[in-house]
Amino acid sequence: MGKDKKAKGIWVFIEQFEHAALDISWELLGKSRELADKAGEKLIALVMGDNVEHIAQEAVHRGADEVFLVEDELLEHYKCENYTYAAYKVIKKNKPNQLIMGATPNGRDIAGRLAVKLKTGLTADVVSLDTTKDGIMLGQVPGFGGSVLAVIKCEVARPQMATVRPGIFEAIPIDKKRKGKIHKIDADLDKKYETTKLIKLQKVEGVDISKAKRLVAGGRGLGGDVSALKELAELLDADIGVTRPLCDDGLFPRDHQVGSTGVTVKPEITINFGISGAAHYTAGINKSNTIISINNDPNAIIFEYSDYEVIGDVNKIMPLLIEKLKAKLMKEVKQ
Amino acid sequence: MKGLNIVVCVKVVPKNSEIRIDPETNGVDRRGVDSIINPPDKNAVEAAVRLKELYGGKVTLLSMAPPGLDDFFHQMMAMGADEFVLLSDRAFALADSYPTVHTLAAGIRKIGKVDLVLAGVESADGGTGNVPPGLGEALEFTQATYAEEIDYNSEEKRFIIHRMNGSGHEVISIPSPSVVSIELGVNSPRFPDFRRKLDLDENYKMTVWSNKDLELPEDKRGLSGSFTTVEEFVEAKKRERKHERIEGTPEEIADKLADLILENMN
Repeated sequence: MGKDKKAKGIWVFIEQFEHAALDISWELLGKSRELADKAGEKLIALVMGDNVEHIAQEAVHRGADEVFLVEDELLEHYKCENYTYAAYKVIKKNKPNQLIMGATPNGRDIAGRLAVKLKTGLTADVVSLDTTKDGIMLGQVPGFGGSVLAVIKCEVARPQMATVRPGIFEAIPIDKKRKGKIHKIDADLDKKYETTKLIKLQKVEGVDISKAKRLVAGGRGLGGDVSALKELAELLDADIGVTRPLCDDGLFPRDHQVGSTGVTVKPEITINFGISGAAHYTAGINKSNTIISINNDPNAIIFEYSDYEVIGDVNKIMPLLIEKLKAKLMKEVKQ
Repeated sequence: MKGLNIVVCVKVVPKNSEIRIDPETNGVDRRGVDSIINPPDKNAVEAAVRLKELYGGKVTLLSMAPPGLDDFFHQMMAMGADEFVLLSDRAFALADSYPTVHTLAAGIRKIGKVDLVLAGVESADGGTGNVPPGLGEALEFTQATYAEEIDYNSEEKRFIIHRMNGSGHEVISIPSPSVVSIELGVNSPRFPDFRRKLDLDENYKMTVWSNKDLELPEDKRGLSGSFTTVEEFVEAKKRERKHERIEGTPEEIADKLADLILENMN
């Protein structure tokens, strides 16, 4: 779109799946409310789908000043060509200053395509977002394994685009007294330009460890046996997080991966078993309230990130810990 | 051409854990840092070679890079690719995702008559994942990102893709030509054929295109075509931690740990 002084408003793309907004959408709206106030901009939600007016209404209740609502049966499921066409049309006409989307697979899919179509900059997978008072977006992106953050901006083109990682910001609770205008837009979509065919769709109840209250985490030091880790998780009603190699080895699906290429967690307590503490892992646990780490290497970097440190063999300590916890939990129940 | 004409976009990246920020200049210090093949690119090459084995055709690897990385490129070719095209010119340097997309797209157009463009889901250094969907737009191809499986229906000339969309698992079909990015770890990349690698090292002369060949204008290449700038680097904030060491026999340690965990649970 090039540089456009008339560009205004902070826009948030509200991603939905089967008529329900994803949590990330409300998290982004919550954070962007704060940014819009700081920059003196309006907060605009972009809602696309079929039969999603209730989502537009909820966007108002969660902080949006205005909503652009695009409904069409061709937007029932995410198909790149239809969503890009509809989004491009609304954006081109209304010229947002900033456009913020979730760093989900579909969010990143449409963002990457739209940025090239709009001829603008896209800061991807942001973990911290700010704006100057003049409306210049500042996105922080973990670089080089998460040891540093690069602050990235796009001064020369509009809209300034970013995708933001889920689980970082807080949604604003619903306030039904909030008012806002909902603009209904006809995207003028035509089925003959649709190229993607949906063959099968299956909802998967994946885990979302970004909201874990307690996290037991395992790494290479477990030696490939994750049974004790699973038992501990069950015992403590905790979620399981792992380092990247355990996902690469197929021991856990990717949604359990913690770190700068995985999920950022913020639980009350994180317990690290056999994790050495590579920067891209520690970048993901930094927000934990209490961190306990057990590792046999006294020089392991993970100890720099820990409140309580145990130098020892996880495979010896874990079975004993399970035994002790069982006994203590049993005692609590009996009391 | 009979079969599928497949281009795989590949990249060599610095080994993450070895990069440091130079405290003097606040710049990135890459000196002495080892390089690796971008991990999901191996999955993309594997997917391409499997499609070629099933449906025939040709696999060309494409990379925008400075010279001097042939060893890595030959390794990837020795997994079963046929050709390598290197886009190399100072005019391409310091590109963010927008000019990278246009430079790769120009290379793909010059290769010509491509049925499928594959890429790893994102690069380990930039980590944006912007390039595959950007290529879809620049080439006006349909796209599917985060693919876990890819197959081809030769009668309908459509690709069948399995992908996670963040909320569910979907199977879609998209027409040829398309751009598809392959998720990390979804297949087992074969080892490079050692003899083929040696043969390539000695005899292969890859195609190198500079901007004389691609003729990209300033706003579609390198630094001049980039929209984003790095304002600064900041150290990732580290929270103050207690650093209390728990010692004793394994039995005693387990007991203390259990108490600590239970105390911190509510």
